[in-house]
Amino acid sequence: MSELLQFLFSGLTVGAVYALVALGFTIIYNASDVVNFAQGEFVMLGGMITVFTYAAGLPLPLAALVAIVATAAIGVALNKLAIEPARGAPVVSLIIITIGASIFLRGVAQVLFGKQIHRFPSFSGDAPFRIGGATILPQSLWVIAGGIAVFFALYLFFTRTLTGKAVLATSNNRLAAQLVGINTNWVMTLSFALSAGIGALAGVLITPITNTSYDVGIALALKGFAAAMLGGMGNPKGALVGGILLGIIEAMTAGYLSSQYKDAAAFVIILLVLFVMPQGLFGAKQTERV
Amino acid sequence: MRLSHKSATLLVLIPLIVLAPIFFPSSFYYRVGSLIFINGLAVTGMVILIGYAGQISLGHAGFAGIGAYSCALMPVHWGIPPVLAAVLGAAISAVLAWLVGRPILRLKGYYLAVATLGFGILVYMVLTNETWLTGGPDGMTVTDSGLRDLAESVGIDLKNSQFWYWLCAIVLVVGVWLALNLQDSPTGRALRAVHGSEVAARTVGVDVAKYKLQAFVISAVYASAAGSMVALQNEFVTPDVAGYMHSIEWVTMTVLGGAGSVLGAIFGAVILTTLPQVLTAFAEYEQLLLGLIMMLVMIFMRDGLLPSIMKRIRGKDE
Repeated sequence: MSELLQFLFSGLTVGAVYALVALGFTIIYNASDVVNFAQGEFVMLGGMITVFTYAAGLPLPLAALVAIVATAAIGVALNKLAIEPARGAPVVSLIIITIGASIFLRGVAQVLFGKQIHRFPSFSGDAPFRIGGATILPQSLWVIAGGIAVFFALYLFFTRTLTGKAVLATSNNRLAAQLVGINTNWVMTLSFALSAGIGALAGVLITPITNTSYDVGIALALKGFAAAMLGGMGNPKGALVGGILLGIIEAMTAGYLSSQYKDAAAFVIILLVLFVMPQGLFGAKQTERV
Repeated sequence: MRLSHKSATLLVLIPLIVLAPIFFPSSFYYRVGSLIFINGLAVTGMVILIGYAGQISLGHAGFAGIGAYSCALMPVHWGIPPVLAAVLGAAISAVLAWLVGRPILRLKGYYLAVATLGFGILVYMVLTNETWLTGGPDGMTVTDSGLRDLAESVGIDLKNSQFWYWLCAIVLVVGVWLALNLQDSPTGRALRAVHGSEVAARTVGVDVAKYKLQAFVISAVYASAAGSMVALQNEFVTPDVAGYMHSIEWVTMTVLGGAGSVLGAIFGAVILTTLPQVLTAFAEYEQLLLGLIMMLVMIFMRDGLLPSIMKRIRGKDE
């Protein structure tokens, strides 16, 4: 029983990170119908920039803030320099552009930060809490709380603010949004900044537990996408639930089946979802079928 | 009389392959040449998938891994000759591509990209983790295919690197010839219709899902064959052959040169295969440059390098 609880805790922790990555996918997908394959690199950059600004002497909270803002700026640059100029390009081209961006960012990180594994200290110590025979790290609570906080902040943003509603309107119908005076270019820029910032936050929260290196992005992007699909592509609630579910499934796979193949869980889920329910758990938006 | 697209392509390709060795100062160049041909073979398959059908795969190195490890494992465990093992490996790749492609090709591009990415990573994972079978990350040796001895017995006595240069060239030309025939066939026309507009293609009665699946299966066979060639030539395999970056490199070669034509894509293979050999300092910046090339080409030269150059030459700017 305590074993199960232990797996559940670690599943919730990584699940919260997957949820944040999936939320990032969702925001950009809704605003522009682009699936941004560089989403995982935002997480890597968040952790990486914090490592180096912290090592340069900034206090940890400030280092984290710098990392989030810098990554958001990189997200905006990605939109302005690569996505906007390619407007109207076929999906294959957009996939190649964002994959190119992810490889480019990884290459830059490799040159700047090296190939080593990096980390910085936990926010509030490493003394674990004991709950029902299992333990949970304080940092895990930070990650889970961070995931939930971002979700509710986004919820309020989309339902209570005019800007948030403009984003929703754009995702519903770009042309109609333009006709009522919404600057859809600005909405796209905002979406890239938001999703890059959220990705970076995920990186900041998880790095003390999992460490980071220049090449962690691809696995995170794959899992974030699996989570988004599981929940229903384009649905923020689905992203949250899908992420946490995927995290738990992965932790159970590692615990009860094989730790070497825990990463296969995401792929199996992608295939199962495509087979059984292409619209995902919260299939508000029908997946376009051919 | 205007040459057909098919003969024109072969008339450019074959003389280049035959004449290139005149300029080779050392046997190392034969080695690079065979590497280009192997990448060219995989990339020809990618043209069928990306260029003809307008679909994308980020996991074709997974099929290369299956082809390579078929050549490594089947001779050891079942006593199957390596060349036959390569054929069986291609068949296994085809069946797997059919199984994986069936559900995902019904959906739009992103799903295919991610699912194939996952597939490639899964193959890599199996090859790395199942050490008892595959030797794990250290890899395993591949039984001598005996092809060079066979050639020698009929009087063709070449140094190893030269032998593989010519053999890979022949396999590439056959692969290209088949792809060009496919392009001119009813299937090829249907694929181009799918690429143009899936809705329009469906309206005129094209079974869109079926043709996309066909393109996916065929391109998987090409990748598998490329993987087998690597294994047979090196007489050694490591899980690297199925590495995710190989899949990405193939996609980049294809779109860099021009996914619309076999010749363009092979041009991309030539550039991206020789670049790291020419620039030794390239290694550290390889990913950075690869990513940059992918983005720049897709933003500014969506048709790829070769078609853009051809347009300039013909004076049809824009």
